[in-house]
Amino acid sequence: MSTVDDIRTGVRRSTALAASTFVLGVTFGALARAHGWGLGAPVVASLTIFSGSAQFALLTVLGSGAAAWTAVASAALINLRFFPMALSAAPALQGGRIRRAIEAQTVVDGAWVLAHQGEGRFNRGVLFGSALAQWPAWVTGTLVGVVLAPSIGLLNATGLDVVFPAFFALLLFDEMRHSRSARIAAAGGAVITAALLLVLPAGPALLGGAAAALLGLRTTNTAQS
Amino acid sequence: MTTIWICVALTALANFAIKATAPAVLGNRPLPSRAKGVIALLAPALLAGLVISDLLGPRWSSANGPLALGVLTAAATRTTRLPAPACIIAAVIVTAVTHAML
Repeated sequence: MSTVDDIRTGVRRSTALAASTFVLGVTFGALARAHGWGLGAPVVASLTIFSGSAQFALLTVLGSGAAAWTAVASAALINLRFFPMALSAAPALQGGRIRRAIEAQTVVDGAWVLAHQGEGRFNRGVLFGSALAQWPAWVTGTLVGVVLAPSIGLLNATGLDVVFPAFFALLLFDEMRHSRSARIAAAGGAVITAALLLVLPAGPALLGGAAAALLGLRTTNTAQS
Repeated sequence: MTTIWICVALTALANFAIKATAPAVLGNRPLPSRAKGVIALLAPALLAGLVISDLLGPRWSSANGPLALGVLTAAATRTTRLPAPACIIAAVIVTAVTHAML
């Protein structure tokens, strides 16, 4: 298949994810408006940061009255998980350093998972297509949230607060079908993250949970020996 | 308001750097096989963490039953091989109903 076909596949497979992203964008926009961010800053944040977890962290920490550098550090820590994710996708990217750096901006949670072909290999076109589907959904959702400013209570009452974790759960479910190692890594990631969330912010807790990937590798080696 | 704009700009720059560094430095070199093995398991580990993080929140402050029931519904309906959007709709309905009942 050509890259264009792969991009189309990525867009098609991301329809539900884009819908979830849109809803989360509405939530972010509404929350940002409620926190006095105005009309422009939330939309520019979604255009340039394109990361729900980091943007929610920024919003929450700034809203708590903490120093600006703390808010930025929290958001950056949460997004540190993109470092190993971009590293893993690097062999699939093309061109010189600058082009690779730009192509790597398509690495977001859902796109990275959808582009994963197993055995650490990634489909570049699917990665692009998935990000292309989600980015406008995220920005448009933010804009709608900022303009309409629906109450967070309304979003929760209609059950829309479940959209993002449910979609991550579906992606996880599909990943766990690959192998026993994947199931062990998932269990480890869940337990470690849950424990770390008691004492750390979400970003470092997620990074700690990602270390479960090492446990899974050890299990694979043991099974092979 | 200026503080918000500065924070948005700095976070955007940090985000760009985090994603760009490894691909720009690594170039075309393939990853060592051991690294590939670990990376293959990063997706399930991180996804599990993301689900837990969404469900519990920092210090488990946003733990709530309706959300957990909704996520379980999504996973359960997936076992019936329903397409993802249908699973999400089922999760939204269960979460909304549970919210209303509590």
